[in-house]
Amino acid sequence: MSELIKVFLSFLKIGAFSFGGGYAMLPVIQREIVESNKWITSKQFIDIIGISQMTPGPIAINSATFVGFKVSGILGSIAATLGVVSFSFLLVSIANHYILKFKESYIMKAALAGMRPAMIGLIISVFLSLGRESYKDVKSVIIGVIILGLLLSNKLHPILVIVISGFLGIIFYSLLPI
Amino acid sequence: MKKILNMFFTFFKIGSFTFGGGYAMIPLIETEVVTKKKWISKEDFLDIVVISQTFPGALVVNTSIFIGYRIGGLLGAVIGLLGVVLPSFFIILCIAVFFIKFRDYYYVDLVFKGISAAVPMLILIAVVSLSKSLKINYVNLIIILVTIASITFFNVHPVLVILLSGLYGVIFLGKKVK
Repeated sequence: MSELIKVFLSFLKIGAFSFGGGYAMLPVIQREIVESNKWITSKQFIDIIGISQMTPGPIAINSATFVGFKVSGILGSIAATLGVVSFSFLLVSIANHYILKFKESYIMKAALAGMRPAMIGLIISVFLSLGRESYKDVKSVIIGVIILGLLLSNKLHPILVIVISGFLGIIFYSLLPI
Repeated sequence: MKKILNMFFTFFKIGSFTFGGGYAMIPLIETEVVTKKKWISKEDFLDIVVISQTFPGALVVNTSIFIGYRIGGLLGAVIGLLGVVLPSFFIILCIAVFFIKFRDYYYVDLVFKGISAAVPMLILIAVVSLSKSLKINYVNLIIILVTIASITFFNVHPVLVILLSGLYGVIFLGKKVK
């Protein structure tokens, strides 16, 4: 029971403090579920990001469901998912009554102007820490470079990128005799 | 009742067919809710998206709750939220159940080795595209570097970084955005 509450509160924090959506949510998610609570390993965190690219829906919901399940089964995934959306629900409920006030709120705009560069710094930090985990041998570096090349030269759909990288994994780690 | 069901399925569809989350989901929501169903006006929709961006949490979750309120009050908001969240919830639940069983199979492991090499690059690309909307100046550059240093070397919690940078924005950047 206490574990369920912990999962709920942790994802409540994730939902309340990650601005920008998508990858911008990764820094807080990583800190909460990998580093502070150690519910999953860095390797599993990378797995979840990969899976999130192939499945529909926001990455926050995907990781909440996955981590919740891993910590305490289906109830856990319900607790985590409720946690990650609760703050949004509360905030939107309030804003819905005062929508014009929010639209003109320059305090929020000013806060976001300060947060935007910080978010970029935070995502770069995620890149650095996941990179340390992912690039431990030459083969993974080569795969990374190929993927980066593909991403920069063509605007490939993320699903396609994940599929290609999966194939590259099989080719490099089982077929190539280096 | 019919409208509520209709709403649920519309948001369920939005949640089922949008991969990658975040901004990728916005055009689909617009097509469904504004163009096809005509539940809200285009102006209202744009206002909602702008406000949702300034809120923490997943963008598409915020937007769906907002639109739900507009169409059917509190019940509408709950239906919008459930509709958009449930597809990824069920899909990830299925994956989590099987994933834990099959993750260590030889070929599955190879596939994930490849994916693991691609994930940091996807994050790097997200950094690049997010940085495009950011002005290059000393303040932004310093905030980015201080953020990276505080996370990587001093283990500061990302939430603290977000709060402080927001506070900085409110105090020093208020005039710029007014």
